[in-house]
Amino acid sequence: MENYYNPADLKKFGNIADFQKPLADKFFDYYGEVFKEGALTAREKSLIALAVAHAVQCPYCIEAYTTDSLEKGCDEAQMMEAVHVAAAIKGGAVLVHSTQMMNKYKELSM
Amino acid sequence: MKSLYALNEPLSSERVQLLELAISSSWDNGAASFAAHLTKTNLFPLKPIKLEVFQLNLGKMCNQVCKHCHVDAGPDRKEIMTREVIDLCLLAIDQSQVHTADLTGGAPEMNPEFRYLVEQLSQRKIKVIVRCNLTIIMANKKYHDLPAFFRKNKVEVVSSLPFYTSAKTDSQRGDGVFKSSIEALKLLNKEGYGIEGSGLILNLVYNPAGAFLPPEQHALEKEFKQRLSTSYQISFNNLFTITNLPVSRFLDYLIKTQNFESYMHKLIDAYNPIAATGVMCRNMISIGYDGKLYDCDFNQMLALEVEIDQSHRHIGQFSELLLADRNIVINQHCFGCTAGAGSSCGGTTV
Repeated sequence: MENYYNPADLKKFGNIADFQKPLADKFFDYYGEVFKEGALTAREKSLIALAVAHAVQCPYCIEAYTTDSLEKGCDEAQMMEAVHVAAAIKGGAVLVHSTQMMNKYKELSM
Repeated sequence: MKSLYALNEPLSSERVQLLELAISSSWDNGAASFAAHLTKTNLFPLKPIKLEVFQLNLGKMCNQVCKHCHVDAGPDRKEIMTREVIDLCLLAIDQSQVHTADLTGGAPEMNPEFRYLVEQLSQRKIKVIVRCNLTIIMANKKYHDLPAFFRKNKVEVVSSLPFYTSAKTDSQRGDGVFKSSIEALKLLNKEGYGIEGSGLILNLVYNPAGAFLPPEQHALEKEFKQRLSTSYQISFNNLFTITNLPVSRFLDYLIKTQNFESYMHKLIDAYNPIAATGVMCRNMISIGYDGKLYDCDFNQMLALEVEIDQSHRHIGQFSELLLADRNIVINQHCFGCTAGAGSSCGGTTV
C-alpha cells in the first residue's frame, strides 16, 4: 500500500535547498537561531515545538520533536501535557468562534 | 526478566555482538567505521595518556536485571572476583601510580570480598568509587548498613537513577526500583552523603531509557536537583549523563525494536573529536572478575582484551610500562563514548 508520507523523507529536509538555495539558507539560519537557548531554554522550546507540531499535524515535526524532547530530558507525562496544551488552544479556537455564531443567531432569531 | 545468558539468547555471545556491530562499520564504504573517524581526526591509533584509575568489575551477580545493562548482569550470574584476584589487584595498585579504584559489577556489594577490598583500598589512601545501584541497600538486612560502611571508608558513591519519576526509572530498571532507590538515597543523605560540607560525595547517573541520546548534563542536573529536593527532600552532588552503548542487553533491545540502524547512525553522526580526546580508556584499565585486563568495561563485556603481549594480559603480570605503550582496542560501540558531549563513567568528556 502506498502512503503520502515516507519516514525516510524527514532526513531529506535539508535537500529543499536543491531548489531555491538562497531561500532555504535563510530559512535554516533563522530556524537554528530560533531554537538556541535564549529567554526560553532549549528544552522549553522543544516542548513548544512538539505542541505546535501536533497543532499543525506535521508528522515530520512530530517525529523530530518527540526525539528532541526525549533528548532534552522530557518524559511522557510532560510531552503529553504539552500536546494537551495544543489541543486546548485548538479546541478553544473552535469554541471561541462560536461567539460569532451566537451573535448571528441572536440577530436572526426571534 | 532474565539475563541473555540465562535465556541462551544469541547476543549473550560476545562474538555474535561483534558481528552485529561490524555491520555498521561497512556503511558509507567503510567511512562509518570508528577507526576511519579517529583517523580523519588524527587520533588513530588511540593511545593512553596516563594510568590513573583501576576499574574493578567485581562480578556479574546483581539483584537487578536492568534492560540496558551492558554487563548482562543478574541474580543468575555466578561470576565473581575471588580474593586471590583482589589481592593481585592490590599488589598492582601498590606498584603503580593509580590513585583511584572504581568498583563496579553487577552489584559490587554482592561480592563477599567487597568490604575487605574497600577497607584495604581505604588504608592505602586510594580514592574509592563504588557504583551502587541503590536497591542493594534495601534488598537484604545484611546490606542495610552499607551507607555507614561507605561513610566510614569515605567512599564516593555513584548511583544510577534514570529519572526522577517511577514510570521512567522502573521501565528501565524493574518494578519497584524507583521507590527502593528513593529509600536508599534518604539513608545515604542521613549519613551525610550529598550534603553540603560533609565531604561525602553522592553522584547520580542518568542514562536514557531508550534509543536516544542524553540531554545536556548541567541543565538536567538542575532539573533533578529541584525535583528530588522538592518531592523527596533528597540532595546529591553531581549528575552525570551517559550514553547507552550498543553492547549486550542494550544491543539486544536495539535489534529487537528495530532501532539498531537509526541509533548507530545517530551515534556516528554525532561523533565529536573533542569528546574522543577525553575518553576514559585513556586514563584507566578495566580488570575483569577473572583478573584479565581490558581498556574499559565495555571492551571487557565484548571480550576485547588489551593489545599487549599475551603473557601480560592478566593483573597477576601487571606491567604499567607495557600498558602505557599500547594501542587502545576500538570497535563500533566506541561511538557511544564520542557522541555529542561525550560519555564516560564520570559523565560528559567535553
